[in-house]
Amino acid sequence: MSENLGRVISVNGNLLSVEFFGNVSMNEICYVLVDGTALKGEVIRIKKNVAQVQVYEMTEGIKWGDEVRFTGEMLSAQLGPGLLGQVYDGLQNPLYVLAERAGWFLERGNYADGLNADKKWEFTPLAKVGDVLKAGDCIGTVPEGRFTHKIFVPFYLLGRYTLSFINLKGEYTVKERIAVICDERGKEIPLTMCFKWPVKRAINCYSERLAPVETMETQIRTVDSLFPVAKGGTYCTPGPFGAGKTVLQHTTSRNADVDIVIIAACGERAGEVVETITEFPELKDPKTGGSLMERTIIICNTSSMPVASREASVYTSVTLAEYYRQMGMNVLLLADSTSRWAQALREMSGRLEEIPGEEAFPAYLESYIAAFYERAGYVRLYDGSTGSVTIGGTVSPAGGNFEEPVTQATLKVVGAFHGLSRERSDARKYPAIDPLISWSKYKGVTDKAKSDYFKALLHKGREIDSMMKVVGEEGTMLSDYVSYLKSEMLDSVYLQQNSFDPVDSHCSSPRQRYLSDKLIAVLGSDYAISSKEDARRFFNRMRQRFIDWNYTEFESEAYKAAQAEIDSLYSEGEGRLKDEAQLLLKDGDLK
Amino acid sequence: MSKIYNKIESIVGNVITVKATGVRYNELAQISTRYGRSLAQVNKIDGETVSLQVFAGGQGISTGDEIRFMGHGMRVSFGDDLLGRIFNGSGEPRDKGPALTDNMKPIGGPSVNPTKRILAKRMLRTNIPMIDMFNTLVVSQKLPIFSISGEPYNQLLARIALQAEADVIILGGMGLKYDDFLYFKEELSKGGALSKTVMFIHTAADPTVECMMIPDMVLAVAEQFALQNKDVLVLLTDMTNFADAMKEIAITQEQVPSNRGYPGDLYSQLASRYEKAVDFADSGSVTVLAVTTMPGDDVTHPVPDNTGYITEGQYYLKGGRIEPFGSLSRLKQNVNGKTRRDHRAIMDGMIRMYSSYKDTLEKKNMGFSMSGWDEKLLKYGKLFEEKMMDLSVKLSLEEALDLGWEILADCFEKDETGIKSDLADEFWPKK
Repeated sequence: MSENLGRVISVNGNLLSVEFFGNVSMNEICYVLVDGTALKGEVIRIKKNVAQVQVYEMTEGIKWGDEVRFTGEMLSAQLGPGLLGQVYDGLQNPLYVLAERAGWFLERGNYADGLNADKKWEFTPLAKVGDVLKAGDCIGTVPEGRFTHKIFVPFYLLGRYTLSFINLKGEYTVKERIAVICDERGKEIPLTMCFKWPVKRAINCYSERLAPVETMETQIRTVDSLFPVAKGGTYCTPGPFGAGKTVLQHTTSRNADVDIVIIAACGERAGEVVETITEFPELKDPKTGGSLMERTIIICNTSSMPVASREASVYTSVTLAEYYRQMGMNVLLLADSTSRWAQALREMSGRLEEIPGEEAFPAYLESYIAAFYERAGYVRLYDGSTGSVTIGGTVSPAGGNFEEPVTQATLKVVGAFHGLSRERSDARKYPAIDPLISWSKYKGVTDKAKSDYFKALLHKGREIDSMMKVVGEEGTMLSDYVSYLKSEMLDSVYLQQNSFDPVDSHCSSPRQRYLSDKLIAVLGSDYAISSKEDARRFFNRMRQRFIDWNYTEFESEAYKAAQAEIDSLYSEGEGRLKDEAQLLLKDGDLK
Repeated sequence: MSKIYNKIESIVGNVITVKATGVRYNELAQISTRYGRSLAQVNKIDGETVSLQVFAGGQGISTGDEIRFMGHGMRVSFGDDLLGRIFNGSGEPRDKGPALTDNMKPIGGPSVNPTKRILAKRMLRTNIPMIDMFNTLVVSQKLPIFSISGEPYNQLLARIALQAEADVIILGGMGLKYDDFLYFKEELSKGGALSKTVMFIHTAADPTVECMMIPDMVLAVAEQFALQNKDVLVLLTDMTNFADAMKEIAITQEQVPSNRGYPGDLYSQLASRYEKAVDFADSGSVTVLAVTTMPGDDVTHPVPDNTGYITEGQYYLKGGRIEPFGSLSRLKQNVNGKTRRDHRAIMDGMIRMYSSYKDTLEKKNMGFSMSGWDEKLLKYGKLFEEKMMDLSVKLSLEEALDLGWEILADCFEKDETGIKSDLADEFWPKK
C-alpha cells in the first residue's frame, strides 16, 4: 500500500484539521510530523477531504502544512504473553521502557511496543497440522508467571482455517512465526504469539454470554454481604473527594477473588500509581502467595498526561481484560475515575463544536458509558470453559452531587451501586459506602433474607435518629432507643472495617457468614434493660467486644476467647432470642 | 529570520488574528503598539489565519501594528541568578534588576513519567503546629489552602515561606492586590528569606493573560531547581483568580462553558499544574501549596471542588485559624509514624478532646448547665485555641508535642484523655 499522506490546515488545542488525498477511515491512526518527531493521533471526524484528528500529545510547534501520515489501522492493543506486571500509559506504551529511553519526563512522540520483542517464551503446541480452526481457537500455550497463557488464532480472522504448520515445543519470541494457517482458498497466513486488536471493539470470540451469578468476593463486609458484586458484573462507586474511593479500590484490587486485576488510573493522581507500583511487588497475593504485581496490569494516564489518550486508556484496559478472559480467567477491571474519562469526551466535544448536552457533556455520553460497561460479562468460551470481566468504576461527581450526568448515566447500566457519602467519611466511618442509598442486583455471600434484615434495621435506626433530633433522647421510647443503638452497633461492627489493619482489612466469606449469624442472634434478642443509660452502656460494651473479635485471626484461640466474651455478656444481659431472628437463623428465610 | 506582519485582521477582547504562514502552534510573537511592546501567543491556527492571545490585552492595538513571530514558545530563563528576583507573568523583571535571557527553558513541559517518581515519605517542617503536628505537610505533596476572602491566607503563606525547611521558595501571585505584593516583599526581606526566593507576580491591575502564565512560569522554574537536587516549595496565591482568568478567556473565545461558566477542561488545566508536584527518584522535589479562595464559602464551587479531587488533602483556613476538622493531609500517615512515638497518639487525642469541647460549647450556647467535665473541656478548648491554633504560634514539632502534653495535663487527669497508657506514662508531665 502506498503512503497515504495529508497536511495540517488548522490547529486548535489538540484537535487538528488535516486535508487528505487518498482514503481515510474513521478512527484511523495517523502521525503528524513535527520537527522530526511523529505524534500519534486519531481521526474522529471526516468531512469531504478534511479529517479532524485528535492528537494524543501536546500540539505546540505544529504548523500549517505539516505532513500527516495515515496508517490505515485503528488504535490497537498488542495482545500476547508479557502483559502481566506491566505499567502502561493509555496507549499501551510501557512506562519503564519510556523512562529508560527518555529519562524523567514523558517526551512526546516517544512510543514503544507494548510487548518485549526480545524475551523468549516457552511455547507448547496444542493444535495439530490439519486441524480446522477459527478466530479465538487456542493453538498452544506459554507459561506467563504462574498462569497458562493461551496463544490464539487472531480474533480478527473471519472464517475457517486449516493448520498447515506448527512449531515444536521450544522457546520463541512474540514476533517469531510459530504456526501457519491456510484459508479456504489456500492462502497461507503466518501466526506469531502476538497480534493486534482495535481497542474500541469488544472481543466477541465466545459461544454465549451467561448471566453473572457467582459472587466476586472482595473481603469487604459491606460489599460482600449487603451490596455484592458478581463475577462478570458491573458496579460503580461515586463519591465526593476525600470519601475514600481510591482506598476502597486499592483494597479491592488486593483482595478481590479473581485471577487478574487491571487497574486503569484514568485522569487521577500520579502519586497513587506510584503507591501501587511501589507496594504491589512487595505484597502477597492472598490466593496463590506470589507477588500481587504478577497478577496486575496498570494502565495509567494520570491527570497531567494528555487528555486524548485518557479517553483511549479505558478502552485499552478493557481490551486487555477481555483478552485474559478468553483464556478462561476471571478478570477485574478497576477504572478510577470514569468521570475523568467523561470529561475527556467533553473536552473533545467542545473543540468539535458539537451541540452540548447537560453540563456541556456530549449527547452521546450515556451510550458511550453504557457501551463501556457492557464489555463486562460472564461468558462461555468455545472450549466450554468460562471466563469473566468485572468492571468497577469510580465516579467523581462535581460537588459530590449524584444528580449529575455521569453518575446518572452510570447508574442506569451497572448492577451494583456503592454510593460513598461525605457524612460517613467525615465521621471516619470507613468504608464510607452509605447503606441507605446503595444497592445491588447480585447475590451475596450471606443469605438475602439476612442482609435484608440488616438493611431494615439500618433504615429503622436512621428513622429513629432523625426523630430523636426533633424530640430529643428524652422523648424517645425505650424500645425505639434500643433499636437505634442496635443499628449503630451493626454499623460499627459490621459495616465499618479497618482497611489498614492486617486482620480486619480482609474478612473471608465463611467469617462473614459466621459473624452475621452471631450479629443476628445478638441484635435479634431482647435484653433485661430498664433505662436508656443501661441500654447505652450495654450496647457500648457489646460493640467493643465485637470490635475486639473482628481484630482476632479467624478461628484462632484469641478468636474463640473473644467470642466467649460476647456470649458471657449476652447471658449477663439476659438476652432472649426473638422469634423473628430465630426463624431467620434456622432456615435463612424471613417470611 | 523572524517574520514580520503588519496587517491585523480582527481584534476581539485579548485575541487578535493575522494572516501568516509557517507559524507554529503556541509560538510567541511580539507585538509593537504605540503604547509599548507586548508578547502574544498563538492559540489557534486555521489555514492561514492565526489567532494570538495578547498578553497586555487588546486595548489600544491598531490594525496596522507590527507583529514579529519569534519561532519559539513561552520560555523562562533559569539559573541561580533568579534567586531574590521578582518577575511578571511575561517573565520581565518587576524589580529594578536586569532582564534575564540566558539558559531559556520552555514552560508547561511534559509530565513526569510516573515510574520516575518516588513515594512521598519525607516530612516538610513548617514550625506551625497545626500543620506539623495535626496535618503534616509531606515533601512533594500538593495541598490547597481553602479560604474565604478576607482570611489571612497571604500572611499564612508568608509565614510558611519564612519558616519552611525548603532550599528554594517560589512564590506565584495571581490577581494579587498591590498591597499584598508589597507585604510579601517586605516580610520576606525582613525575614531574610528573599535570597532563596523567586517571585512571579501578577497583580490585579495587570492584564488577564499574564495571570494565566504565572503557574507555568513558577512550576517550570521549580522543576529546574528540583532537577538540581533542591527541595523546592511553591506557593501560589490565588488559584481561583487563575481559574477565573481562564474562564474569562474561554468565554471571549466562544468556548462552550460547562459549569458556572468555567471551561470544560478546568479539571485538566488545574491538574496539569498541581501534578508538577513531584519527588524525583535520585534528585530534588517540588511541593505545592496553593491558596484557593472559595466564593461564598462554598466548597462545591467548581474551583475548590475540582481542586479537591486533584490535591492530596486541603487546609481549611477559617476564622484566622487552620481548622482541624475540615483540614486533611492525605499523606501524613506516610511520615507521622516516624517522627516521635507519641505523635499520632497526641494528634488523635487532642483532636478528639477538641471535638468534645465543640459539643460542650454548643451545649453552653444553648443555655444548658455545665458539669465539672464540661468546665474542664471549656478550659482545654480555650488553651488549645490560644496556644496551638493561633497562626502566630511558632514551635518545632517536638516543642509542639510537649506543649500538647502540658495542655492536656493542665486540664485533665491522665486516664481521662483516652491516650494509650504506656504513652501517657512516659510523656505525662511531672508536676
